[in-house]
Amino acid sequence: MSIPFYVSPEQLMADKAEYAKKGIARGRSIVALEYDKGIVLVAENPSRLSKIGEIYDRLAFAGVGKFSEFDQLRKIGIRFCDVRGYQYSREDVRAKALANAYSQAIGDVFTQQMKPLEVELIVAEVGDPRLLGHEENVMYRIQYDGTISDHRGFCGIGGTVERIETYLKEQYQTGRPLGDVARLGVAALANGGTPMAPERLEVCTLDRERAARKFRRASAEEVRAILG
Amino acid sequence: MLIRGSYQGASFFELIEVDYPHLRPATSERSGAAVAPLSIPHGTTVLALRFADGVLMAGDRLATEGHRVASRDMQKVYPTDDHSLVAIAGAAGPAIEMARMLRIELEHYEKIEGEPLELEGKANKLSQMVRANLPAAMQGLVVVPIFAGYDRRRRIGRLWKFDVTGGRYEEAEFESSGSGSLYARESLKKAWRSDLGRDDALRLALQALADAADEDRATGGVDLARGIYPIVYFCTAEGAVDVSREEIERVYREHVAIARKPVGAGA
Repeated sequence: MSIPFYVSPEQLMADKAEYAKKGIARGRSIVALEYDKGIVLVAENPSRLSKIGEIYDRLAFAGVGKFSEFDQLRKIGIRFCDVRGYQYSREDVRAKALANAYSQAIGDVFTQQMKPLEVELIVAEVGDPRLLGHEENVMYRIQYDGTISDHRGFCGIGGTVERIETYLKEQYQTGRPLGDVARLGVAALANGGTPMAPERLEVCTLDRERAARKFRRASAEEVRAILG
Repeated sequence: MLIRGSYQGASFFELIEVDYPHLRPATSERSGAAVAPLSIPHGTTVLALRFADGVLMAGDRLATEGHRVASRDMQKVYPTDDHSLVAIAGAAGPAIEMARMLRIELEHYEKIEGEPLELEGKANKLSQMVRANLPAAMQGLVVVPIFAGYDRRRRIGRLWKFDVTGGRYEEAEFESSGSGSLYARESLKKAWRSDLGRDDALRLALQALADAADEDRATGGVDLARGIYPIVYFCTAEGAVDVSREEIERVYREHVAIARKPVGAGA
């Protein structure tokens, strides 16, 4: 009969965190930035599998790490929001509730299951000046252990997030047009190296000026036009 | 709480059925007491027709409860996404719910899968919803929608009618549903052509609704005093757009009202 080893809770958590971080660091980072008319999300993504997606009228999602895991979370988020919007009103679907639900779910997996989720997420909500109490842009980052943080201006996820945020802290200015902000995002992702070619980028916007559904995925030509 | 669901597919309608049965529209209940069919609001005449650039969909504004007016300005034509429309006639409650559910359903699928359904797929989805309403229809809560849209792959406007069992029939010319539909169809039949332009299609639709309102007491005519006009949508390659009230008013005054002379006014 085998005797189970004793592992201290500190060691167990540290091991899980190490494992999750390694998985996340394998992929490329994503950055979300506010521009004068909304929020732009930029990912280096040469594949056809999307890392950024539409969740609801004013909500977008971005995920890094293991594709199957964050894509599952994306679908769960869509279901969560569509049910809420159906049950209450479309304006009642807010980023905060979704981000909290993600945080709870990812945190539960981290503490209760052997393998943590190897994901980091952004939930972004574009403000609408016509909706009282909904005017501001909101961005949340949710980490592999359920840690949730609130960001203004810009928000990054992925293995190189520290370097990206250091770069953006120096360079980011509020109220700039889409082209400037998107180029800044691409430069931040490049980490001082050569920026990715437009066809290898995934660029999506939450455009405040669109009608009901603010989310828009830019086609390859549109990405080229935005980056100029 | 978030991951509790067991449903993994791309349909919102099924998601509600499987994971949130308490939110399910009451009309899809398999049992229940008989409902008195006259005690709830009913929507009346809607129509759809194909024209050169796509399809047009229009509806009157009146909802009736037996012989009483339930609403004078009800909306019976709804855009379900960028390139499709649904028009509803029948029991207003379940009909409006079905239109709302279809809109969420199409958007839900598009978000989950990353691309929209084909127009035919959308029509098929609505047919399943009508079929799910059959138990309620047997109790008098009949909903008979018309679905229309622009098929971007085939580059044509298409429209479908449905029966209470979910039967789905594509129509090549036009269709009308509701209590005044017989008169609207007779009116459309006389003047419909496949190469109708936008303005002619609009005139024809308003004429048909006026004819329906003229013969059927449950169909609302133009209410000049209150400024209530039919709702009309066009759906073409550019997408689904509603026609402004001003344009409808102008076309009505110039082409439809003029055809109705006071009794005894002579030739």
